[in-house]
Amino acid sequence: MADFWTRYRRNRAAVLGLGILLTILIMAATAHLFYPEDPFRLVGRPLSGPLENGFLLGSDSLGRDVASGIVHGAKTSLLIGLIATLVSIFIGIFFGAFAGYFGGRIDDLLMRITEIFQTIPSFIFAILLVAIMKPSIVSIVIAIAVVSWPGVARLVRGEFLSLKNREFVQACHTLGMSDLRVMMKEILPNCLSPIIVIGSLMVATAILIESGLAFLGLGDPNIMSWGFQIGAGRTMLRSAWWVCTFPGVAILITVLAINLIGEGLNDALNPRLKERQ
Amino acid sequence: MSKPLLSISDLSILLPDGADRRHAVANVSLSLRGGETVCIVGESGSGKSLTARAIMGLLPAPHVRVGGGVIDFGGEDLTKVDYERLRNIRGSEISMIFQEPMTALNPVMTIGDQIDEIFRFHVSMVPEERQKRALSLLEDVNLPDPERIMSAYPHELSGGQRQRSMIAMALALGPKILIADEPTTALDVTTQAQILGLIKDMQRRLGTGVLFITHDFGVVADIADRVIVMQEGLIVESGTSTQVLNKPKHKYTKSLIAAIPRLKPRKTRKRSKEVVVETSALHKSFGGGRSFLGFGRRTRTVDAVIDVNIELRKGETLGVVGESGSGKSTLARCIIRLIDSDNGMVELNGVDITTLKRNEMRQHRKFIQMVFQDPFASLNPRSKVGDIISQGPMLQGIEKAKAHQRTRELLDVVGLDSKAFNRFPHEFSGGQRQRIGIARALALDPDILVADEPVSALDVSIQAQILDLLDQIRKEMDLSMLFITHDLRVAAQVCDFVAVMQKGCVVEVGATHKLFTQPQHEYTKSLLDAVPGKDWHFA
Repeated sequence: MADFWTRYRRNRAAVLGLGILLTILIMAATAHLFYPEDPFRLVGRPLSGPLENGFLLGSDSLGRDVASGIVHGAKTSLLIGLIATLVSIFIGIFFGAFAGYFGGRIDDLLMRITEIFQTIPSFIFAILLVAIMKPSIVSIVIAIAVVSWPGVARLVRGEFLSLKNREFVQACHTLGMSDLRVMMKEILPNCLSPIIVIGSLMVATAILIESGLAFLGLGDPNIMSWGFQIGAGRTMLRSAWWVCTFPGVAILITVLAINLIGEGLNDALNPRLKERQ
Repeated sequence: MSKPLLSISDLSILLPDGADRRHAVANVSLSLRGGETVCIVGESGSGKSLTARAIMGLLPAPHVRVGGGVIDFGGEDLTKVDYERLRNIRGSEISMIFQEPMTALNPVMTIGDQIDEIFRFHVSMVPEERQKRALSLLEDVNLPDPERIMSAYPHELSGGQRQRSMIAMALALGPKILIADEPTTALDVTTQAQILGLIKDMQRRLGTGVLFITHDFGVVADIADRVIVMQEGLIVESGTSTQVLNKPKHKYTKSLIAAIPRLKPRKTRKRSKEVVVETSALHKSFGGGRSFLGFGRRTRTVDAVIDVNIELRKGETLGVVGESGSGKSTLARCIIRLIDSDNGMVELNGVDITTLKRNEMRQHRKFIQMVFQDPFASLNPRSKVGDIISQGPMLQGIEKAKAHQRTRELLDVVGLDSKAFNRFPHEFSGGQRQRIGIARALALDPDILVADEPVSALDVSIQAQILDLLDQIRKEMDLSMLFITHDLRVAAQVCDFVAVMQKGCVVEVGATHKLFTQPQHEYTKSLLDAVPGKDWHFA
């Protein structure tokens, strides 16, 4: 573990990313301390600029506090990003592991299913799914997970394909170990590093998809999110720039931070790749 | 005597901070004359390859760099010349061939283009002339049908043909010095013998000085004029080949030479009547499948094992020898049922296991266990050694405490400290890992051990220890052993009976002594003929 941290620390940008993400996490966790009010409440004069009328980052056309929206929206974005990623990694591992391990017809079948999902443009598919189900946190998580698992499945399949013929796996067969146990106990732990790396990057993508959906009005109407804020302010971009800009910057910084962390994890978990350069 | 082409004096190479020693190589001095072959011999980590790379300026900078000393090549110090000059020297005056020709050749260029490239970079010639030179080079290295080879990609050639192409390229510009870094290690013995002959022949014709890096004393005996023995970055002994090979002075050289398996077959023992493993008309082929839903053409089939009949009797060691692709590993995997055979029978203690279902097979697994080739790939890097060894008994239903106790006993049996129990595989050396692999195989108290090239990834001194360990265990536990190897020296030392395989068929089976002294089949004869250093009768 200490060794892992030393290697991670070598990538300065990744440490910066981690710092930013921690700040955002703390911000989300303490949102109710600084802004105890519901972010949907109309708390003052509409369209006040930043630092006007007691608004740190201004207010929108209905007089909602943009800063409060960002702080409370952070919770939504991070939560949805994390849960959607976990769900899609779970589905991806399931498909990838069985396809890679058993090969043959099972592989053909599972990979064709994966390809069907891959061939549909993912954002449009997500819109469709949310539109069919009612927009809510659960439906958004499901939509994001459904469009993002194929990448994980392909990755896991590749890892399983290469690991299943390694001698230590064969040794387990000669001991009479069951297939499921070989998959879970022997192979899976050895392909965790790439899964963690791709997972960290998927959190960023999930946040973007969630924002996109909320921007189009397909977010959960009862929960504040960054995408919703941008959507609400987009018609006034020229007269009240702050309404969309600050939530946009929040998305940018968060996604950037998570991407930097992903890079750092990649370097730390696959140290050889780095040295080969 | 002529002036040396190359003389290295007091060369030292620094390792990066935090390595287990400061110098990869220290105080190395050697010289090489035209037409002479100097062999640098040593085990892995002795610094022999880095010495060769330093001459070419190919050290993995900036981590590893020259720390001092002079590499004098025709009056120039190669440690100090600038990059441009070094690039000119490489290929045209000093060239190098590597162990694995597949990775040293560019996979997306034809052999012809790759040779052409050398001429384009170093000399000015019209394309037709370059073409002609390339053809004559390929003829020189005895490649059949040079025109076809010119337009072939590396993957279309065999290992030996690739190495010949590499040699053709290395010699294209008539270099004064050829550095060969384990050029035959990845090749079969018969191919190895041909390549060594070729290098010698080319050297005689062109007067090239050859610096030959190897770990194999047999090869040294075949080609060296002078020998340099390295250990942990230092030269421990040097001299003419007869001196070093027949009257070694340093104790390290002595121990290395003592560790080489003798080509003398072991004594014939009395044969037991009890047959523990018997295959009859065993057949396995690969490929022949179709793509999804049965579309597309059938893929090419390869017959890996063809109608093999062998029998292993109680307490004896049956060797299966052959070159790569002969099907010996596939045979072993069919017998232990890691892969399902297509036809024929494998009888294990009288039960045909080829027809058993997977869960029925599980009860028979404990009778037959396997030791694998690569000690670095055969242990799960994320499991503790104790768990690796004890999982077998636990899968067979033995309770945890008992399995752990048995594991500790086994660690002792294979010569490891019981502290190894809680450590991870990466903390061990290759030889120690192989001991762990053996302990794992023994954990189920098998009757039969299948050993698939168990020592071919190890240094010669470690190899001797592992072979001793296997022999001792076989005696103590009354094991029968199926021993797969490509190395006839090893086979001679450990096997009672030997089966020779070629292209999937067993061409000859016989008692080791008889097979080595009176081989019947042509292929057996050619294998025995190709053993490196067979004429060297060391003390």
